[in-house]
Amino acid sequence: MNSILTPKKRTGPVLFSEYKRGDGIVKAISKSREDILFELKSSALKGRGGAGFPTSTKWMLTAAALADKKYLVCNADEGEPGTFKDRVLLLEYPELVFDGMVIGGYTIGAQTGIIYLRGEYEYMLEYLEEYMMRMREDNLLGNDILGKKGFNFDISIRLGSGAYVCGEETALIESLQGNRGEPRNRPPYPVNTGYMGCPTSVNNVETLASVPHIITKGGAWFRQFGTDKSTGSKLFSVSGDCGRPGVYELPWGTSIKQLLKIVEAKDTKAVQVGGASGICIPKSQFDRILAYEDAATGGSIMVFNESRDMLKVLKNFLEFFVEESCGQCTPCRIGNVKLLEGVELIEKGEFTFSYINTLKELGRTMQAASKCGLGQSSPNSFISILENFKDEIFHTNGKVKQNGKA
Amino acid sequence: MLVFEKNKLSEDIESFVEKYGSDRSALLPVLQSVQRKYHHISDFAQQEIARLMNIHPVEVHSVISFYTFLHEEPQGKNIVRLCKTISCDLAGKSEVEKAVQRELGIRFGETTKDQKVTLEHTNCLGMCDQGPAMLVNEKVFTNLDPENAVKILNEIR
Repeated sequence: MNSILTPKKRTGPVLFSEYKRGDGIVKAISKSREDILFELKSSALKGRGGAGFPTSTKWMLTAAALADKKYLVCNADEGEPGTFKDRVLLLEYPELVFDGMVIGGYTIGAQTGIIYLRGEYEYMLEYLEEYMMRMREDNLLGNDILGKKGFNFDISIRLGSGAYVCGEETALIESLQGNRGEPRNRPPYPVNTGYMGCPTSVNNVETLASVPHIITKGGAWFRQFGTDKSTGSKLFSVSGDCGRPGVYELPWGTSIKQLLKIVEAKDTKAVQVGGASGICIPKSQFDRILAYEDAATGGSIMVFNESRDMLKVLKNFLEFFVEESCGQCTPCRIGNVKLLEGVELIEKGEFTFSYINTLKELGRTMQAASKCGLGQSSPNSFISILENFKDEIFHTNGKVKQNGKA
Repeated sequence: MLVFEKNKLSEDIESFVEKYGSDRSALLPVLQSVQRKYHHISDFAQQEIARLMNIHPVEVHSVISFYTFLHEEPQGKNIVRLCKTISCDLAGKSEVEKAVQRELGIRFGETTKDQKVTLEHTNCLGMCDQGPAMLVNEKVFTNLDPENAVKILNEIR
C-alpha cells in the first residue's frame, strides 16, 4: 500500500519534465481558444488511450458544437490488462491531469469536468478530492478562474464499478448517465451528442496530462520527440518477466529491443504490446518500433520469457474477454466464447487445423462486425499468438503429438 | 428482514438520494453507497431506490446485474478481490490463491460462514508491476506471497 503512494523520482522528456501547478492555466487563459487549438494542432498530439484520434480535432469539434452545456470527461477507467500509467499520473502528477482538464474546459467551452475513475482505484478518491479542494482555494477551479471573467469550471469524480467496457467512451457516458455500460452506435459521436445529449469530449488521462506541457512549451517543442506520425512521448507500463517493471516515459519510435534493454529483460520470448486487446510480438520482430504506425499501444507492455507457455497466456486473455464482453452485440458475445473453446481444444489436443482456421476467420469477422473496440480487438491476441507461436503450440510441446493421434 | 431494519435501510437510501440527487445519472453513486454500507443491494433496497428515483425496479436490477462490483446476494463484510490477470499470474498468483483458500476454508466465489470474508477473482487492478495484487474492500495490497496474504486476511477477520 505504502509503496504505491510514495512518490518516486522519475525522469522523462515530456510528462516527467519540470512543471509547476497552474503554469499551463495561466498561459492558456492569456490566449484565445483558437490559439490553443492551433498550438495543439501543431503538436500533433494524438489520443493516448490507444485509438490515437487527434486531440486538436476532437476539441475543435466540441468547441464548434453549439450548445448551452458542454462537458469534458477524463477517462480514468484504466482497465486494459497490464496498464497502470494512469495510476502513476493521478497519484504522482495530479497537477498535469487537473491543469489539462481546466485548459480543456477553457478551450471547448465546458463548465463541467468529470473524472470517471475506475472502481478499483477508489483508494485514490480521498487524495484527489483533497487536491481539488486546494485548487479551489487557489482559484484554479471554480468561478472566474485566476481572474478570467466568465471562465467557470469545476470537476467532479465519479466511480466506476468494475466493468472493463466502460473504458469505451460511449459506454463510459452511458455509465455516467446511470445505465448499463453498453456502447452506443456511432455516429453521432460524443463531440456532438455525449453526456446528457450535450457535446462532450472524452480524453484519456495521459492525453490531458500532455496538454499543460504543450501549452507552456509549445507544439514545436513537443514535436521534436517521437516520429513524424507519432509525436511526443508515451508512458509505457511494463510488467512480466523483466528486472525492472514499472512506468517508463520514452519517445515514440523506441524499438522493442531498446525497451527490453532498459527494463532489464532476459531470455525474452515474446512481448505483448497493447494489453489483452493488443498483439503478441515474437523475438524475430523485436526491431519493430512502438508507434501508432507500427506497434500501436495504449502503453501496456507485458514481457514473457522462454519458460512461459503462450497458450496459457492466450487462454488468460480470452477468459478476460468472455467475462468483460458486455453481451450487446453477437460477434463479441459469442465469438469470444468460441475462441476460448478453441484454445481449450488445443490444450486437450482435440483440435483440427481446419477448425482452427475457421476460428481465425471468425476472429476476422469479429474485427469487422463488432460494435465497439472490445470485440474488434479481442481476436488480435488469438490471431497473433497462434500465428507467431504455432511451432510451440502445435508442434513441439509434445502434448499435441501424443494426443493428436487419438 | 425486520421492520426496524427495513426502516433504517429506507432512511439510508433516502439520504443517499438526497446527497446525489434523484436524476437517473445519480443511480450508480446511490447503488455504490448501498453496496458499501450493506455489502449487497437487496430486493427491498432495489424497490426503494426505484421508488425514490422514479424509475422501474427492473431498471435498477438491470444496472446492478451489469457491474461486477454490485451484488444482489449478501456478501461478506470484507470483499477480497485477487487479481487473476496474466502479469499477476506470472508473479505467483496461484500460490497465493491456494494459500488463501486453505486458510479460510472456502473457495473463490464463496463467503466464510461468519460472513466476514468473501473471496473473488477480479481482472487487472493496475498493479502489474507489483504483483500479485489484491483489493480488500477499496484498499490495495501488492507484492503478495502466500504468507503475507494470509496475514492480511487474518487481520481483517
